[in-house]
Amino acid sequence: MFCKQNPAKVHLTQIVGDKMQKVDLCEECAKQKGVNDDAGFSLADLLLGLGASHELAQATAGEDVKCPNCGFTQADFKKAGRLGCSQCYATFAEGLEGLLKSMHKGTKHVGKTPVALRQTRDLTERLKSLQKKLDRAVTAEDFEQAASLRDEIKVTKDQMTQLARIES
Amino acid sequence: MNIHEFLSPPVESARRTGPHDRIVMSSRVRLARNLRDTAFPGWAKKAERIKALETIRPAVESLPQLVGAFSETMDNLGPLDKQILVERHLISREHAAKSAGSGLVLNKEESLCVMINEEDHLRMQALRPGLLLKQAWLAIDQVDSELERKLDYAFTSELGYLTACPTNLGTGIRVSAMLHLPGLVLAEQINQIIQSVNKLGLAVRGLYGEGTEALGNVFQVSNQMTLGEVEVDIVERLNKVLLQIIEHEENARGMLLEKKPKIVFNFIGRAYGILANAHSITSKETMNQLSLMRLGIDLGEFPTADRALIDELFVITQPAHLQKKYTEKLSAEERDVLRADMLRERLRNVRRPDPKMPGNGGGSLDKRN
Repeated sequence: MFCKQNPAKVHLTQIVGDKMQKVDLCEECAKQKGVNDDAGFSLADLLLGLGASHELAQATAGEDVKCPNCGFTQADFKKAGRLGCSQCYATFAEGLEGLLKSMHKGTKHVGKTPVALRQTRDLTERLKSLQKKLDRAVTAEDFEQAASLRDEIKVTKDQMTQLARIES
Repeated sequence: MNIHEFLSPPVESARRTGPHDRIVMSSRVRLARNLRDTAFPGWAKKAERIKALETIRPAVESLPQLVGAFSETMDNLGPLDKQILVERHLISREHAAKSAGSGLVLNKEESLCVMINEEDHLRMQALRPGLLLKQAWLAIDQVDSELERKLDYAFTSELGYLTACPTNLGTGIRVSAMLHLPGLVLAEQINQIIQSVNKLGLAVRGLYGEGTEALGNVFQVSNQMTLGEVEVDIVERLNKVLLQIIEHEENARGMLLEKKPKIVFNFIGRAYGILANAHSITSKETMNQLSLMRLGIDLGEFPTADRALIDELFVITQPAHLQKKYTEKLSAEERDVLRADMLRERLRNVRRPDPKMPGNGGGSLDKRN
């Protein structure tokens, strides 16, 4: 690979939005653009990985949104590279998405889930599937089946209320 | 009980053994957790931090895994205490800088350490000697599962555990191992290894973590991505990479011994010469020379010494550990003299290195027939 007439020795890959941008530079151009120079990199790049500063700029652009829970602003985030509280993730969700994409394998959590939440989630899913079965049974006019499904739905709902009580 | 009475003496902690401990000095798995809707420590006011500490500390202390643990707030630990904990790799340098509103809970075996109000409300870590990442993960996973019943964690099913820094979001997991890689450094292959490890999305850092240099040829390898991957996969992936690095290190040592034995023996012989005879030595030079002596032990050059002695010296020659032995405040120069005295004394009974050339007797390269 060549940059102008010189062999490209510095290769940069940046992910902007969902597009991957690749730049191949010779040593001279890289130096000019400050790629080899640590000081040329922004703090965000050092803290969060290469290319993060662009995403961070996007994440912190626009009007000054303030977290209703802790008062943290986007300007604070730009300065610190850290958020103010757990609700900041909801407050700044829109801008954060690109940043998360650039630094992680995915943008959806697939790991460990606290047991109480896991149970709630399982019950919610069970409830959904029971509801579907019930609809089908009613359409098919299978009222015996529908009655038993209704009982099951009631039990599941009771379990959910119980769980919610434990959690709160 | 103060922290000095609580910590095991380095002569004991250096004797802990684990798989691959010739190259992997220790394994660590850390989880970051936060309380829902409570400002993160870096943004919280002092009163909020103290309140969070008062919620978290009793929950942590009540864990069965932490019965008889050392528990203290950071303002009750002196600068020397904190530095000693950093030199033992039990707390981060960032945590050592904390004061009121932050705390520490550490078990007797020094295998479980919880930092309260570091960058996140909770940073809990399991430590193991040698390469035991899976064990460390299982241990800390259990602690976390018990804590989640007592504390209201900040968690959403979409983003997982919410952390102060988006780089830790999701699983909040940091899996890492401390590696002694003198072979790769001497063979000048280390940069290549670091680059390929980086390409896999893993970080390589120096002895004391983020932004520190690799003193004593000790490197920390850890995962960087925490969101979008299951914990066990992260652990498994790092484990695989570490096994490969171990193999490369062994190969580099073998290659050096075969192709450049004199260079290796020269480094090790000089390291012994300096450590056993110096009258003033900095901690940085000490670590670098001890690393070479450790390599010499691995290569069988010091039949009268063992790795535990070197690992103990690695710890007790550090500035805070050295200072702890004296009541008056020592200057850096005074420490260098006392460090050299200690090294000469401890290496007095270690016979000078006895290099064994592959195949032939020692020193055969120099002889002409």
